[in-house]
Amino acid sequence: MADVQFLFREGEEAVSAPTVALSAFAEDTNATAVVIEPGEDARALLPHLDRLSLVEVTFPAFTDGRGFSSARILREAGYTGELRASGDIGVDMLSHLHRCGFDAIAPNTPLDLAQADTALKTWPQVYQATVVDGRKPIWALRHGL
Amino acid sequence: MYLYDHYDQAMVDARVAEFRDQTRRRIEGTLSEEKFRPLRLQNGLYLQLHAYMLRVAVPYGTLSGAQMKMLGDIADKYDRGYGHFTTRQNIQYNWIKLEDTPDILADLASVEMHAIQTSGNCIRNISADQYAGATADELIDPRPYAELLRQWSSFHPEFLALPRKFKICVIASDTDRAAMRLHDIGIQIVKNEAGEIGAAFYVGGGMGRTPFIAPLVKAFVPLDELITYSEACLRVYNRYGRRDNKYKARIKILVHELGVDEYRRQVEEEFAHLQTLAIEPPLAELERIKTFFADPAYEAGLSDDLDLSNPAFAAWVKNNTAAHKTPGYAIVNISLKPVKTLADGSKQAGIPGDATGEQIRVMADLAKTYSFDELRVTHTQNIVLPHVRKADLFTVWEKLVAAELAEANLDKITDIIACPGLDYCTLANARSIPVAQKIAERMADKAEEIGELKLKISGCINACGHHHAGHIGILGVDRKGLENYQLLLGGCEGADTSLGKIVGPGFDEDGIVGAVEKATQVYLANKEGEERFLDTYRRIGMNPFKEAIYG
Ligand code: HEM
Ligand code: SF4
Repeated sequence: MADVQFLFREGEEAVSAPTVALSAFAEDTNATAVVIEPGEDARALLPHLDRLSLVEVTFPAFTDGRGFSSARILREAGYTGELRASGDIGVDMLSHLHRCGFDAIAPNTPLDLAQADTALKTWPQVYQATVVDGRKPIWALRHGL
Repeated sequence: MYLYDHYDQAMVDARVAEFRDQTRRRIEGTLSEEKFRPLRLQNGLYLQLHAYMLRVAVPYGTLSGAQMKMLGDIADKYDRGYGHFTTRQNIQYNWIKLEDTPDILADLASVEMHAIQTSGNCIRNISADQYAGATADELIDPRPYAELLRQWSSFHPEFLALPRKFKICVIASDTDRAAMRLHDIGIQIVKNEAGEIGAAFYVGGGMGRTPFIAPLVKAFVPLDELITYSEACLRVYNRYGRRDNKYKARIKILVHELGVDEYRRQVEEEFAHLQTLAIEPPLAELERIKTFFADPAYEAGLSDDLDLSNPAFAAWVKNNTAAHKTPGYAIVNISLKPVKTLADGSKQAGIPGDATGEQIRVMADLAKTYSFDELRVTHTQNIVLPHVRKADLFTVWEKLVAAELAEANLDKITDIIACPGLDYCTLANARSIPVAQKIAERMADKAEEIGELKLKISGCINACGHHHAGHIGILGVDRKGLENYQLLLGGCEGADTSLGKIVGPGFDEDGIVGAVEKATQVYLANKEGEERFLDTYRRIGMNPFKEAIYG
């Protein structure tokens, strides 16, 4: 499994607890870390959010964007632990992942740091409220909200 | 027209900078073609048979004279002197060099234009009624809602890697001029019984290999929940749309497989949740956008009289202009489907939707001088000057004649929609353009007698040329390595949307032209009263056509 290359959790280290598959999670009452694959329903975790310290959402192919929704669903439900995106992740996905609530990124192939930095700073403002990224959308700025 | 503020401009400028960086990395080789592909696609850049193709967004088909002029200049500077207007109200350039694209995008950004999300598996440019704001038959101008959706859908971080492309259309008239129900989401702005304005959502329409007419999913979404409801529709699709087979990945398949009731239930569940999150822009934002679409300063008290003593002008007025909501004004349609008569009497048809850089600039100038600086692109690959004084029509017509833009054939059999087909497209089974030209040349002299007949041609099952929705549709297929054409009858994209049916075995290129001609003869022989081709077909059914064509 790939290492976390980017962590946006102030003063913390990446969670190292062993992960279990979502299918095994319900039975394994000791597990605190879980992996969600693209076809799996993140909502199955909602009753258990308080015992989780890590949710890893996999992107086996960068073209499969289901993980973006999984991340927002977890954050919208109040999950505050580490939310890790792993897999086939290119530099150009970074800011979008971050906006959907991911705060740890573990790409299969480590990314160029300078390019990553540029990519994360690409968007001066944003059009949508994803809520989970804490950013004010342009419409809120326009109307002093 | 909507004008960018510094926020909008900064977003587009950021995109140009980002794409310049991506292109540099691709040319240097640090970015693989595999990784570059989805990035360039989200900037409208396709790799085609001979070159790169760049598709530029014309949001809801509306543009200013300066924007149109820029499109003409780009055609001359970076392409081979022409551009191609598409069925999604955009423009596409067929001969683009990769290394030029960042500069083209920068030129576009200088006139508040872009190529953002014009291809790729994301929410595409939003289309709308080309007569919006000008026609008397609409409830309200639909474009402010389209602009609100444009901003919401631009770089939406959750929906940039959808199962498949996603097309949204907004109209506000029962006369559907935009094929609304053939979109992934079709929105009609409506009034409810309490007299409030809201949106009816039709979800799961589309063409391609399995065409569907979108069913009504919600009859009334209040205006202050438009974005929230759209987000719910998209989230359900992003999570459950099929990823295993790209031919089954459109939302139409999800809605069909789940059933509209189950899809609606899931959307409602998501909607209820999203309503708690405050993701909706305030109504004040909609009001801000609306101010840009206020009526231009029409002159009051103008006469509707026209001198129609020039027969060519009279024919053009009859076919190519439409009623404007303001007395003394007209909506002008500029046909990009010319059929010239040569010195020897033979005909020569142009390429549907093509215009030269010079012609594009002529249209830009006309808009500036005679149409409050506004133009529209139509899904039928023509151009509209939305607000022309009737007193100026003759002058406008003369200038169009001089630029070879005055073909008086709107919605006639020679006003053909055709996809790029095998002349440009890597997916094509057959050529579309030459077939369109041959049909137009054969039928030109009969066009007036036949009247309204919408003919649409696709070069393969992907249906870019809307063949399912043609009164006559033509589909190019591959038959044992030879180009072959199937004939469909009875499709329609209007308010009474229907899908065409295949008549019988396919034809070669000459055969299909003959079959179309026979179909029109059956119509003329059976027509009752004011019936259009489509009406006669619907009344007498397929058999008389089949017998005449194959008998
Ligand atoms: C030249 C390169 C082009 C390629 C490779 C291409 C590719 C495709 C493909 C694969 C589809 C089917 C998508 C699906 O069913 O999921 C499609 C549909 C479509 N394309 Fe294109 N296209 C091209 C050009 C155009 C042009 C020039 C236009 C406009 C004139 C256009 C407009 C459309 C429309 C309206 C559809 C049907 C949308 C629907 O299924 O709802 N395309 N295209
Ligand atoms: S219908 Fe087929 S041939 Fe025509 S442009 Fe679309 S993909 Fe190409």
